[in-house]
Amino acid sequence: MSLWLALVLASLAVWALKTAGYAIPRRFVEGALMSRVAAVVTVALLSSLVVSQTLQSAEGITLDARVPAVVVAGVLLYYKAPFLVVLLGAGIVAAGLRFFGLMA
Amino acid sequence: MAEEFTAQHFRQARSQGLQVALAVSLYGFSFGALAVALGFSVWQTMVLSLLMFSGASQFAFIGIIASGGVAAAGAAIAASGMLGVRNGLYALRLSPIIGEGFFKRLVAAQLTVDESTAVAIAQTDLRSQRMGFWTTAIVLYLGWNLTTLLGAIVGDQIGDVRAWGLDAMAAAAFLGLLWPRLSSLEPRSVALGAGVLTLVLIPFVPAGVPILAVAVVAIATALYRHRVDPHKPERTEGGS
Repeated sequence: MSLWLALVLASLAVWALKTAGYAIPRRFVEGALMSRVAAVVTVALLSSLVVSQTLQSAEGITLDARVPAVVVAGVLLYYKAPFLVVLLGAGIVAAGLRFFGLMA
Repeated sequence: MAEEFTAQHFRQARSQGLQVALAVSLYGFSFGALAVALGFSVWQTMVLSLLMFSGASQFAFIGIIASGGVAAAGAAIAASGMLGVRNGLYALRLSPIIGEGFFKRLVAAQLTVDESTAVAIAQTDLRSQRMGFWTTAIVLYLGWNLTTLLGAIVGDQIGDVRAWGLDAMAAAAFLGLLWPRLSSLEPRSVALGAGVLTLVLIPFVPAGVPILAVAVVAIATALYRHRVDPHKPERTEGGS
């Protein structure tokens, strides 16, 4: 599958879900079960992405400069820093550790 | 929703929408820069922001492709699609607020994201809800795409992704998207379980597979939780 095809398919999937919500009569899908599935799946996928983006490498699991960077991001989030500050903080920590040769 | 319309509520909805949309638009810059630095072309990056237009799904797509290559395309599509499920639920909630009209509903559908939904449903009368939705939605769509383009142009100048810490910024972005949803015990335990499962699977399966396994387990967990405790969970809107 080419990257373009994957990109368009993924975009169409997200678009179709949004549109379906306006097309489907409310009574068919609304309810505690669906909102719970959506909430649980969203949290689970985001958490899985945090872990894989922090630790995954071509060799499997690697502890490198991303780990302290994400810890710093967590601290910034705890102190309610804005999203951009969180990203920049993580970026600066990882870039700095690599620049000074402290971590891979 | 039943409360009486006042000019003050109406103005408040508009200014709230503007503030939320402008603040969140800034993330578009990080998305654009990150996507291009991870190897996507400026056009591919723009298609994601124009057509997919849902932050978490967009970041998931580029993150999974960046670590697994085109071989992980299936997982990338599935993950961004599943992160889009909540947009479908927002649409159900917003449907009566948006009102009749085929094209209006079609446009509203594309603009139904965390922020436009959160601002709309926070208002207390119908006209303010509509004002809140459309202000947030339109300003955010324009702002998000503009900042994506700027970020993509800047990202094009960045050579080594790792030297700039961009890989760590991608991880931090997901943490930032997750954080506001960890308000109670249930999402916290779900996040913990999903993280541990991902960690255990990474060494043994190709990139992109752990997230699919997590999705399957998450759906099963939600079904089980619904059986033992079928109360409606607190609202899922909010965050970004």
